[in-house]
Amino acid sequence: MTEKYEAVIGLEVHVELKTNTKAFCGCGLSFGALPNSHVCPGCLGMPGAIPVLNRELVEFAIKTGLALNCKIAEFCRFDRKNYFYPDLPANYQISQLDLPIASAGYLEIESEGVKKKIGINRVHMEEDAGKLVHQGSIMTTPYSLVDLNRAGTPLLEIVSEPDIRSPREASMYMEKLRSILLFLRVSDCKMEEGSLRCDANVSVRPRGQERLGTRTEIKNLNSFRSLERALEYEIKRHIELLEEGGELVQETRTWDEDRQVTLSMRSKEEAQDYRYFPDPNLPPVIIDPEWVERVRKTLPELPDQARERLMSEYNLSSYDANLLTMSKDVLDFFDACVAEYNEPKLIANWVMGELTRLLNQNNMEIKDCRVTPSSLAAMLKLMEQGTISGKIAKVVFEEMFNTGDAPEKIVKDRGLVQISDESAIKAIVDEVIAANPKVVEDFKAGKEKALGFLVGQVMKASKGKANPEIVNRLLREELSRP
Amino acid sequence: MALTIEEVEHVARLARLNLPAEEKNMYAQQLSSILDFFTILNRLPTDGVEPLAHVLPLFNVMRADETGPSLPRDEAMANAPLAEDGQFKVPKIV
Amino acid sequence: MELYQYTVQEIGEMLARREVTASEVLAASAERIGRVESRIHAFITLTLEEAEKTAKELDARDEIGGLAGIPCGIKDNLCTRGVRTTCASEMLEDFVPPYDATAVKKLKAAGAVMVGKLNMDEFAMGSSTENSGFFPTHNPWDLTRVPGGSSGGAAAAVAAGEVFYALASDTGGSIRQPASFCGVVGMKPTYGRVSRFGLVAFASSLDQVGPITRTVTDCALVMNAICGHDHLDSTSLKVPVPDYTKDLQEGIKGLKIGFPREYFQEGVDRGVRDTIMKALLKFEELGAVVEETSLPHSEYALPTYYIIAPSEASSNLARFDGVRYGYRDGNARDTVEMFSSTRARGFGPEVIRRVMLGTYALSSGYYDAYYLKALKVRRLIKEDFDRAFERYDILASPTTTSTAFRIGEKAQDPLTMYMSDMLTIPVNLAGIPSISIPGGFIDNLPVGLQLMGPPLSEATLLKAAYAFEQATDYHLRTPVLEV
Repeated sequence: MTEKYEAVIGLEVHVELKTNTKAFCGCGLSFGALPNSHVCPGCLGMPGAIPVLNRELVEFAIKTGLALNCKIAEFCRFDRKNYFYPDLPANYQISQLDLPIASAGYLEIESEGVKKKIGINRVHMEEDAGKLVHQGSIMTTPYSLVDLNRAGTPLLEIVSEPDIRSPREASMYMEKLRSILLFLRVSDCKMEEGSLRCDANVSVRPRGQERLGTRTEIKNLNSFRSLERALEYEIKRHIELLEEGGELVQETRTWDEDRQVTLSMRSKEEAQDYRYFPDPNLPPVIIDPEWVERVRKTLPELPDQARERLMSEYNLSSYDANLLTMSKDVLDFFDACVAEYNEPKLIANWVMGELTRLLNQNNMEIKDCRVTPSSLAAMLKLMEQGTISGKIAKVVFEEMFNTGDAPEKIVKDRGLVQISDESAIKAIVDEVIAANPKVVEDFKAGKEKALGFLVGQVMKASKGKANPEIVNRLLREELSRP
Repeated sequence: MALTIEEVEHVARLARLNLPAEEKNMYAQQLSSILDFFTILNRLPTDGVEPLAHVLPLFNVMRADETGPSLPRDEAMANAPLAEDGQFKVPKIV
Repeated sequence: MELYQYTVQEIGEMLARREVTASEVLAASAERIGRVESRIHAFITLTLEEAEKTAKELDARDEIGGLAGIPCGIKDNLCTRGVRTTCASEMLEDFVPPYDATAVKKLKAAGAVMVGKLNMDEFAMGSSTENSGFFPTHNPWDLTRVPGGSSGGAAAAVAAGEVFYALASDTGGSIRQPASFCGVVGMKPTYGRVSRFGLVAFASSLDQVGPITRTVTDCALVMNAICGHDHLDSTSLKVPVPDYTKDLQEGIKGLKIGFPREYFQEGVDRGVRDTIMKALLKFEELGAVVEETSLPHSEYALPTYYIIAPSEASSNLARFDGVRYGYRDGNARDTVEMFSSTRARGFGPEVIRRVMLGTYALSSGYYDAYYLKALKVRRLIKEDFDRAFERYDILASPTTTSTAFRIGEKAQDPLTMYMSDMLTIPVNLAGIPSISIPGGFIDNLPVGLQLMGPPLSEATLLKAAYAFEQATDYHLRTPVLEV
């Protein structure tokens, strides 16, 4: 079925920016503060209050536009988007319609080994609405409560071209976009917290046809997984409807996470007429080439560049490079560690393996963890020196993670120094051989696995500290004697 | 340029104005005559004229990203017609 | 002469010389209010108790000067912290802002003694103050007539001697037209000259705050206090404020004054035209060069204004929905019903009319034909003025098409009421400054003379106004209110 049809997907992403203050007033951004404690006449929509543009919002917008290979507008302007909703203090949103700050860009994803450019139609600045709290669901609650702390938070809206062709490509686009934004440090991009929001537009058409099919919009996507699932569902729904000869309605649908379906949001009311017009309270913004260059100079290495660097300089695989460049914090950690101990592949394994496991388990960010690039480097050096084995290192690492102590201290305090004294190990080997005649026989009879058991016994007797290489060697030597 | 009642109702809906039935006709008539009056503008050719959205030659009016004073919560809520837990309370949203 | 009859300048000097105390001056105003307010109805809220406290504090100071200790009134669409600000609307009948408008803040910093909030057309929409949601104000010159609008309360209170000056707002003539009807001085500064923070927005690209006073010198004194850049207003000009009193007496020899012929046509009462033509002769006597000129796009100003202003207003007034402040219809079952019923009940008919007009003009399918078209015509109108000011220093015209009409006379047909703004509106569209001063009388009703100038030419306008004022005695005439 899917061979007959092609999916055409476009994504609209809203990014909450991490400025100090709101877009058009001096209220601080708040997270989890008491309701309505970060508000002023402006973001309360009180009479006589007027907006004043936050310079940092413009800087972040230019930065983001450049990172997305966009053309930065020389002249841009704010427009009012007029509609009534209880979380909108003035019942209009300050946004940008005709003259957005950036346009005609792209970002690259890698789909099945092939690099593909997804076009970015526009990036524009706008402000967020407040928060509504319902008793239960919005459909059944008898009343709602309005908290305007979030009202006026600066947002960037990033609209892609409909160049995405599959749900998988869609989540790859989101991953790439997210890592770019994280690298720019303009947002913390947490979909679960709402600082990164995504609406999807999807249609299908018979392969080869140029004309686009009827499009539906999907809202309420709270994770990359929801995005993929919702798109899969919706594409299937479109195709089934078309095959049946049914009619597809252009509408907005919401993704129901519990039931894993999209539901129509069509209400009795007519389509919105936003009556956009230029906001008379805000003079236009002129961005000269000098300003653009100043911002361009502040651009950090972006994910794609970092990937290239990791692959070419350190010979890491593209898989590893991808994982290490999903977040700037992870990349910075990795780079700092490599700077102290030049074993990038080993470090990559530890970062993507044990460190990530512990971070996830403890619901922590890498920037908050107690392991530092230096301490990881130090631990790996201990491994190299043979002071600890790989297995012991995992124990040490977990302790480093929990306590922040230096690896040397942990090894010393817990007596974890690897036993590499051959005579000491030989003594244990002899004991184990003597204690397990049947197993020894099995091994001599050809059962390789029996060796593993014996190695295990030696490790156990040495409390894991025996150097496994030496144990293996000595055991084989002893067992090969007649 | 006579405005129909349906058009008046449409505009009233957009503007969230619940007009009493007996007033709709009055508004339809008054608005129609005002809109008629606007047609005088059609006599004036304006091709190639740039719209004047801002009367002052001001650009790039921006402020630094520094926090300013917010309202104390009690002042922010003091005029609220209905509030609960420091939030504005509204009936259900359809 | 009674205390309330002095000018701001005179009272200021008397206060500075300690001939009189702020408390005494306030008492005089309060007494005057007590005598005439029941006939004028200029005030929505009186704040005499608070005023007394302020006056006492000022009297305790070592020095007092300038505007300090002088009672004034504030139009009720300028936010005053802790004092209800209603915009003459039931929608905001109990709204008490937790902040002052910047212009109010500046007056307070200068020691102004605010005696109350003044009546107006609801949300500044009107030309007679008959659209007030509470009651009409009466013209002190003839109590059966309107004081003009939307700053009718302000002009009437100044003309009647209830306050020494008032702070008001002008979007399409709302300071100048009532000043004309009430025989006082009213100035609309250059757009951006005075901060709009705290002025309840009607049409953001047209609104300006300005003074209403009895004399030109008083106007200059208040302008000195309220003008200047405000970081809270993005449309505020970063231009230094001169001392507007400095060159008042310079004289106007050689000043080039143009009078646009479009402002002297049939739509303007014959008597008004004649009175102003006579006034122009006076300018010539004073040494100015007076010439007829043309602002060819004048006839398009009215429809342009009545598209732009309601469009912006429809958006500015959307915030009044009963959620966070103001009136709310508490019986609604859902928010759409609550919004719609609150707004239909809280707003008066003129506000509803303009919100609907504006919503229509901005709506899908009509935006280009109405709003966009109006913005283009606005540029042509502004360019008319730019060209005129290449040849002339200032322009002169009547302020209004007639003298004050009777209460109820024009209230029937909105369009007729709109027409009476035609001489004042173009100034707001172009963003230029303008002043109205007493230019004569017809049957004991004041006729206003309007002077218009290029951006930031307030000093020149005041100078010309002063010269005319001093060469005539119109400013010395006051309405007779006692029986």
